[in-house]
Amino acid sequence: MRRRSLGNWILVYAFAVLVFIIVAAPVIWLFISSISTQSELLEHPLRWIPEKPVFDRYIDILTSSGSSQEAIFKRALINSTIIALAVASASVVFGGLGAYAFTRLKLKGGKAIFFTLLFAYMLPPIMIVVPLYRAFSSMGLLNTKSSLVLTYLASIVPFAIWTLRGYFQGLPESLESAARIDGCSRIGTFVRIVIPLSLPGLAACFLLCFILSWEEFLIALIFTSSEVSKTIPVAIAEFQGRHAIDYPLMATGGIIAAAIPVIISVICQKWLVQGLTSGAVKG
Amino acid sequence: MLKKDKTRLYQMLNSENVVGWLFLGPVLIIVIGLIFIPLCQAFLMGFQDLNLKRPANSGDFAGLKNYISVFTNAAFYKSMLRTLVFMVISVLLEFSIGIALGLVLNIDFIGRRLLQTMIIIPWAIPITVNGLMWKWILNSSYGALNALLLQFGLIDQYQSWLGDPQMAFIAITLASVWKETPVVAFLTLASLKTIPDELYEVSYLDGASRWRELWSITLPSVLPMLMVTLILKTVDAFKVFDIIYVMTMGGPYDSTKTIAYLTYEETFSYLNFGRGASMAIVMTLIIGCFALFYYRILDRKSVTLE
Repeated sequence: MRRRSLGNWILVYAFAVLVFIIVAAPVIWLFISSISTQSELLEHPLRWIPEKPVFDRYIDILTSSGSSQEAIFKRALINSTIIALAVASASVVFGGLGAYAFTRLKLKGGKAIFFTLLFAYMLPPIMIVVPLYRAFSSMGLLNTKSSLVLTYLASIVPFAIWTLRGYFQGLPESLESAARIDGCSRIGTFVRIVIPLSLPGLAACFLLCFILSWEEFLIALIFTSSEVSKTIPVAIAEFQGRHAIDYPLMATGGIIAAAIPVIISVICQKWLVQGLTSGAVKG
Repeated sequence: MLKKDKTRLYQMLNSENVVGWLFLGPVLIIVIGLIFIPLCQAFLMGFQDLNLKRPANSGDFAGLKNYISVFTNAAFYKSMLRTLVFMVISVLLEFSIGIALGLVLNIDFIGRRLLQTMIIIPWAIPITVNGLMWKWILNSSYGALNALLLQFGLIDQYQSWLGDPQMAFIAITLASVWKETPVVAFLTLASLKTIPDELYEVSYLDGASRWRELWSITLPSVLPMLMVTLILKTVDAFKVFDIIYVMTMGGPYDSTKTIAYLTYEETFSYLNFGRGASMAIVMTLIIGCFALFYYRILDRKSVTLE
């Protein structure tokens, strides 16, 4: 291949460094804020590095109980985890079945249904939130995790289908035909051939759905008013909306809320990016 | 007899159509029950007098009253325009920066892997945390941006960034570009891997410049693959709500009140469910147009469906 000129390399590095700073700086500042004291953050001129880092707030949140702000964050974290795990599991199971139906089985009207599902995924949540609120309230399901799990599942499952369809399309069809010729039923082929082959894709889809469910805000904001089901985005938005804010605690809440999806993404980056791109690149 | 029945059942269960519908069934039940039935109910609400602050005539059929009041309201047009400006600017920035970043990540430079890992972080950070982080950085009394600019002598006193209508709008736009750009970079990178090396070898032998290669080979190959994402990102930008709720609550002076926020406010602050629903329907119709574009792309590409 051809060589790059010096000027070209300088441009590449300059761009890379700039992106690096823009991405890292705000996150680092949020972290520093979380280990500073309130008075350090309010100083003029600003003290950029805390005299003595305090990690107490992290410990407080994780070990808290009662009705303190720390305990609200902790319960919200637990709620978010339970909800996101349930939504991701169900989305992969139902989405996997649906995606296979679209990829390999010739359905009458399949295209129209696929398009309708994509449209459902694009809908603004504000559209369905009032009717659902009334329905859940008449069933006594408001302020429960189940109402959130069901609603998230319905809005995320089309995304799971879209992602997994891209993945299934990339699998060699010959293996499935071979299994069929050997007398394996369609359901058997799916269970014995397709699922084992697509484990990485299913895992990526699981994590993507987990992250989508973790950050959902509007529906959680409307459906939850008590701590039984309040999720972490709602807890954070409420906390930062108050007048007298404990800034370090707010930053700690933010870092903890971001930690789980960020750690997942950094560790499983390769899978996630594949999952994200498989649906989109293949259309 | 029994055996014959069994075979017939087996054959039926094995037919493509039956298995297909069996597999698709759960999804259809969930999506119809929790999305499309509520959608129809909301559609009906749009034609009702449903104002919780005036419960006396709640639920009466109102004809087109809600729609007329929406379309004769200047605030509606202003926030529609605002949303369009936000949509165009943020999507343009996301795609130009994202494509450039994808192209750079395709070059083998020192630190490439680190940068690739870094840029997944904004994508993974929840929108509410993203909003909180920028709101804190832009804080008028204790924000890091003020401190930094003052120490460099670029401003002579602390500014209230989110208190200024234009600045607040810019801040919302940049904060959401910060989060959304990485996906475009990843997609660009994935698309670049699908371009055959031979194309570049031939163009090199033909003496094409790098610049020429970018415009004649790289971008024409990458852009069609980004079309789907372009539509999805445009729709996302049109629906923007979370970051506005956290950072500005639509203010100051309505400068960040997008159509989704206006609809939210109509519904949950003024409790006018009928009018709120009619606004949401207008939003849905606009999104439906984007979905049609998507459908046409899908139609051209797809060979496996049907």
